[in-house]
Amino acid sequence: MKHADVIVVGAGPAGIAAATAAARHGRSVFLLDDNPAAGGQIWRGGIEAPNQRANQEENARKDSALHQLARSGATLLFGSRVFDAPAPGMLHTLRETADDAEVVALHYDKLILATGARERFLPFPGWTLPGVFGAGGLQALVKGGFLVRGKRVAVAGSGPLLLAVAVHLLQYGAHVTSIAEQATISQLAPFAASLWSHPAKIRQGIGYRAALGKTPYRTGCWPVAAFQNQATGLLKSVRLTNGTKTWEEPCDLLACGFHLVPNTELAVLLGCNLRGDFVVIDEQQQTSVANVYCAGEPTGIAGLDAALLQGEIAGLTCAGQSTGPARARNATEKKFAARIESAFRLRPELRLLASPETIVCRCEDVTYDTLAARSGWTDAKLQTRCGMGPCQGRICGPATQTLFGWTPKSVRPPLFPVPVSALCSHDSQQDVPQEIA
Amino acid sequence: MPKSVTIWVNGLPVQIEPESMVSAALLKAGVPCRRSVTGEPRTALCGMGICFECRATVNGAPHRRTCQLICREGMVVESDR
Repeated sequence: MKHADVIVVGAGPAGIAAATAAARHGRSVFLLDDNPAAGGQIWRGGIEAPNQRANQEENARKDSALHQLARSGATLLFGSRVFDAPAPGMLHTLRETADDAEVVALHYDKLILATGARERFLPFPGWTLPGVFGAGGLQALVKGGFLVRGKRVAVAGSGPLLLAVAVHLLQYGAHVTSIAEQATISQLAPFAASLWSHPAKIRQGIGYRAALGKTPYRTGCWPVAAFQNQATGLLKSVRLTNGTKTWEEPCDLLACGFHLVPNTELAVLLGCNLRGDFVVIDEQQQTSVANVYCAGEPTGIAGLDAALLQGEIAGLTCAGQSTGPARARNATEKKFAARIESAFRLRPELRLLASPETIVCRCEDVTYDTLAARSGWTDAKLQTRCGMGPCQGRICGPATQTLFGWTPKSVRPPLFPVPVSALCSHDSQQDVPQEIA
Repeated sequence: MPKSVTIWVNGLPVQIEPESMVSAALLKAGVPCRRSVTGEPRTALCGMGICFECRATVNGAPHRRTCQLICREGMVVESDR
């Protein structure tokens, strides 16, 4: 049994800020992440693009945050994911290396959830073909060494991430054929106009616009199908529409994601209250559960600046420090979350993209028509195995929420598949502390 | 640091930049990571360890998420064929 005053789950910007703030004020801190390095998605490390000039400001912030984290004294535990919270103050994690996996029990006084967000995927004919990736998914794979130089990439879906991904792909030498944003220009215009209160975000936006050059950014436009070359098995094109006109755009890869959904599985397992999709927090980032705090995207999709501030507030609170100045700055960022949500609201046509035979649950290959006959998420799980595969409904859950209005909210351990060999090698009883056992 | 590492994908060598992810090596090799329950070829989707589409057998361990694993010299990866 390992103990820390504060355990932070997730080493993205929110988790980095939280761990740094708590450790700097003398608390023992474990910072956990499933990935092999800190940074989360937005600050994901990896193989640098040949032309990094456009990223200078962002890289400087990341380097500074990582430097402060390294000096803070927090202990970093990578390749670790939480799969159970068997008792208050305790987490069971799976630590994975290239050849091995073991269960490690961790004990905390305070817990900060900085579990980030994932992309929302919506099924359309062809979305399971090789060559179709998430937008952030393709960006992560490129940072992981997947070469896109010279490849034609169509970017489609929704959210500010599409622009960042397109710029990133260009830096790595891809030819971005176009960006299709489902939101209309009339949805997006008030959002753009509201950015006056966020000068850094305007600078970033202008930077993106300049970097994109002549790449078309089409609002009110969305993907309806992807096609492969039957002979080669490679992706051939994506069919796009603006509601009146439909056309096919040849591409080698499709990067497609419909904005973000928060990772709230661990929060729900711990019993934290949600409002809508998001974890309810107070001014100090405390959830409805004692000693459990939450920071960043699980509290509302508001991006990097909000994540850093909320993480700092949570870390300071767990270290018994004052959070006044950070809370004042956080008030502006909260408004930003609401603006993003309305700007990138999904259009109803997206619910009609799947054909009867389109797969919705990729783990278990459950098709749209099979699911359309079910009465809800639990019924679908029991009757069709939808959401019962290794991703545990993380991909098809948000999809069925959009398609059918189902709300998959019940969460049970293990949060992720755990090898039986790792479970067997672990005597969980011996890890239960005296006062609980 | 060496200019590349070599891993083995379904018995064939794949040379890739150091610190690349195993999922990227599979994409470079042009092989699917897995076959779905109805036999469809699948490759990485989310790139961040959530979707489990990129899982393959790595150094004998089945169902490893290749997008979370860094390529190490001599690593042996087997995908569904």
